Amino acid sequence: MFFRNVKELIDKTTTEGISISEVMIRQEMAYTGKSREDIMAEMDRNLTVMEQAVERGIKGVHSPTGLTGGDAVLLQKYIEKGNFLTGETILDAVSKAVATNEVNAAMGTICATPTAGSAGVVPGTLFAVKAKLNPTREEMIRFLFTSGAFGFVVANNASISGAAGGCQAEVGSASGMAAAAIVEMAGGTPQQSAEAMAITLKNMLGLVCDPVAGLVEVPCVKRNAMGAANAMVAADMALAGITSRIPCDEVIDAMFKIGQQMPTALKETALGGLAATPTGKALEEKIFGAKS
Amino acid sequence: MKYKSVFDIIGPVMIGPSSSHTAGAARIGRVARSLFAKQPKWAKIHLYGSFAQTYRGHGTDVAIVGGLLDYDTDDQRIVNALSIAKASNLEVEFIVEDGLSEHPNTARIVLGDDTNYLELVGISIGGGKIEVTELNGFPLRLSGNHPAIVVLHEDRFGAIAKVATVLANHEINIGHMEVSRKEIGKFALMTIEVDQSLSKDVLEEIRLLPNISQVTQVVD
Repeated sequence: MFFRNVKELIDKTTTEGISISEVMIRQEMAYTGKSREDIMAEMDRNLTVMEQAVERGIKGVHSPTGLTGGDAVLLQKYIEKGNFLTGETILDAVSKAVATNEVNAAMGTICATPTAGSAGVVPGTLFAVKAKLNPTREEMIRFLFTSGAFGFVVANNASISGAAGGCQAEVGSASGMAAAAIVEMAGGTPQQSAEAMAITLKNMLGLVCDPVAGLVEVPCVKRNAMGAANAMVAADMALAGITSRIPCDEVIDAMFKIGQQMPTALKETALGGLAATPTGKALEEKIFGAKS
Repeated sequence: MKYKSVFDIIGPVMIGPSSSHTAGAARIGRVARSLFAKQPKWAKIHLYGSFAQTYRGHGTDVAIVGGLLDYDTDDQRIVNALSIAKASNLEVEFIVEDGLSEHPNTARIVLGDDTNYLELVGISIGGGKIEVTELNGFPLRLSGNHPAIVVLHEDRFGAIAKVATVLANHEINIGHMEVSRKEIGKFALMTIEVDQSLSKDVLEEIRLLPNISQVTQVVD
């Protein structure tokens, strides 16, 4: 009944003549026995939580430690000046991803997508693309089901946990999920969604999880920012007709194996990477006191 | 497949900052609370692996205590769980363990009051999903692939048959079941994997059977 990998997911869209989001919705109905209406309503509620987190973060929020906060505001002000180098939609996605993660770091309410540490990428890109494509509410809800379909494959075949697979499993997965959903919303084919996911994830392989002081702040917030930018560019590449030489399922498999090969110090233990830099250690001591 | 619902991926709605270290931790605490069936007076919380290294930064401590206070993952009170626990006479102690555990995010919770105690090991596998791997010294060999309930009961004639009968009456199919006890006639445990999640009514019907002390759904 369940699709087990991206190939089976794409095959279902072809044989049944439906979108990726529709495959995910039908599978959820079959698994839970709930009505389409109930499932759409539940995702609608999650969308509302994401929307509220973005709105809160855009206005400026700071974490209790003071390590993060206020960057989403800085970016919004920068965009308003109009003198930016990249593009408005990308920067908007980045600022909204940052907004969400700043709310998360402040122990605010968020929707884990697929996790809390990586909660910014999918809503960040969604609300930025919204300004460009003017989707209906249903199309926005479908964006989340398409993201979910790809996340479902990653979670079951690899990992979405930083402690198990490094940050590639969290922000990497989230970025791939977002890229695939952007493609669907922009009118690309299911196969182009898979290419976008593959291109994104390939460029986040080996990403370590090294939270300074064990907080989901540094570098997590900025990793979500770059994940959002990565997803937007990969979606554009896929829509341009660029494909990934390595099929999406094999990229996911490679991600899983890289995670297994990573040392524990680089998997959410705050023992390696940026957490182990002199400044990282100094920040930890400042926040929590010296380790006895 | 460990993840079956799209809402395991897009969700849960929760208080930050970490789905595995905060939401998952809250759920482990809440399962322990639910199995104990009332608010404990004390809890010793042993943390292993990534939980041990990063629990303060991730709010794992407040989240587990929030769970012990019966809060869901999105309950704002989680933020103040430690002070609420203190005010409601729940004494908590965190013990950071150096030893390795099978999963990097592992917590062992020992809790109790003047008359009873309970010990549980939970792991947080990512995105807020958890598994309970040990209860009162009994390993729980749950696949995590199916809904599962655990039933704490007195080791008496017919206790197992009566639980199975309730499930049969509601046309709920048992996929896997284990029964274990430490001493004849004393505390025993049934672990039952079923094909679909059980409603609160069915769980309550089982709980009201003779010799049953607690019923909890540990995997939805």
